[in-house]
Amino acid sequence: MAQNDTVKLIGSWSSPFALRARVALHLKSVKYEYLDEPDVLKSKSELLLKSNPIHKKVPVLIHGDVSICESLNIVQYVDEAWTSDPSILPSLPYDRAIARFWSLYVDDKIFASLDAVAGAKDDGERMAAAGKLMECLAILEDVFQKSSKGLGFFGGENIGFLDIACGTILGPVSVIEAFSGVKFLREETTPGLIQWAEKFRAHEAVKPYMPTVEEFVAFAKKKFNVE
Amino acid sequence: MSSDEVKLIGAWASPFVMRPRIALNLKSVPYEFLQETFGSKSELLLKSNPVHKKIPVLLHADKPVSESNIIVEYIDETWSSSGSSILPSHPYDRAMARFWAAYIDEKWFVSLRNILKAEGEEEKKAVLAQVEEGNALLEKAFNDCSNGKPFFNGDHIGYLDIAFGCFLGWLRVTELAAGHQLLDEAKTPSLSKWAERFCDDPAVKPVMPETTKLAEFAKKIFAKPRA
Repeated sequence: MAQNDTVKLIGSWSSPFALRARVALHLKSVKYEYLDEPDVLKSKSELLLKSNPIHKKVPVLIHGDVSICESLNIVQYVDEAWTSDPSILPSLPYDRAIARFWSLYVDDKIFASLDAVAGAKDDGERMAAAGKLMECLAILEDVFQKSSKGLGFFGGENIGFLDIACGTILGPVSVIEAFSGVKFLREETTPGLIQWAEKFRAHEAVKPYMPTVEEFVAFAKKKFNVE
Repeated sequence: MSSDEVKLIGAWASPFVMRPRIALNLKSVPYEFLQETFGSKSELLLKSNPVHKKIPVLLHADKPVSESNIIVEYIDETWSSSGSSILPSHPYDRAMARFWAAYIDEKWFVSLRNILKAEGEEEKKAVLAQVEEGNALLEKAFNDCSNGKPFFNGDHIGYLDIAFGCFLGWLRVTELAAGHQLLDEAKTPSLSKWAERFCDDPAVKPVMPETTKLAEFAKKIFAKPRA
């Protein structure tokens, strides 16, 4: 498929993973048709089921007549298929390996911790899960300090692969903070991440697509039937 | 950087460790293999992969890279002018290779491992069925990716061949233990032939453990503790 074949993205307004794809496509100035799945957990469109028969999840990128699934895969694909600036992955092999490693950590460990806090059945479980989440965020803070070298993003001066991977935790973290009354991103423990979160949310490739904290919390309250 | 020392922390029986070993062989990169003792983790491992404490870890000029598939990409990018390309060149083929490699690790291998852990015939039957479903998907993926050529990657073994092929030893051990053929000419004709070619490849042969040795090792690690 050529660079100027049609591009469609199947996503969902609240999906942090769909956000990754949207940010990448914006960075590369790719024109695409956005197809929203309004209630993706309860009902999935024919097109989604056909394009992602194995996992049946958003996001799915449809480029010409092929589909690409899994958000981090899509981001790498966008970076490789549209070679104009800016580069999303870092240029050196070692830095790329590190970015990939920590993105995997976000998906495997941080999202698992978030799920554990959200799904905890009692206070004991919740406290243990919250402790694990704090640990993960402390590790991420350390990664941020080393990776950003004082320049503002994980990618340095500009937003990059690891910013896109990590940015997706912000919505779920803000919902958990609102529901539990506990701050997981704090000045005392994660000062770098607090500043980075603001910059990330405000970035022109992110702002149009990322729900605000208020919108996210309202959505979660409705979804989980909470006052 | 590429003339600096290369070490790999691993263990002979680990399919994940086999991945970077095959990749280093494909690129003709000499390296020191630091074998971990089963049941304990060396200081070097704990220092080089503090987050997961798992093998394999590649040390290149003392800089650690962890996570087997990430290490394979790193090797391909660092020694890009040596040997054949491990990742395919077209962005879509690369996305497919990464997608299937993740599927293999997250779904297929988990089911395979569960066969040996299954208690009772019912559970064993159910898990065997899961693996066979996965094999059918991978048979189709092979036919799609290889396009009539001998490997997933085309003429030479590549990322997806390595990601899947590394499990062939354990697959054979599981078949013996369960008394059930999983990869065979009737159910998975393309994959059966591919498996033979893969194991015969000069980059794979030296690092693929013998089935009998692996079966002995499996007995040891899956042995139920005596009362």
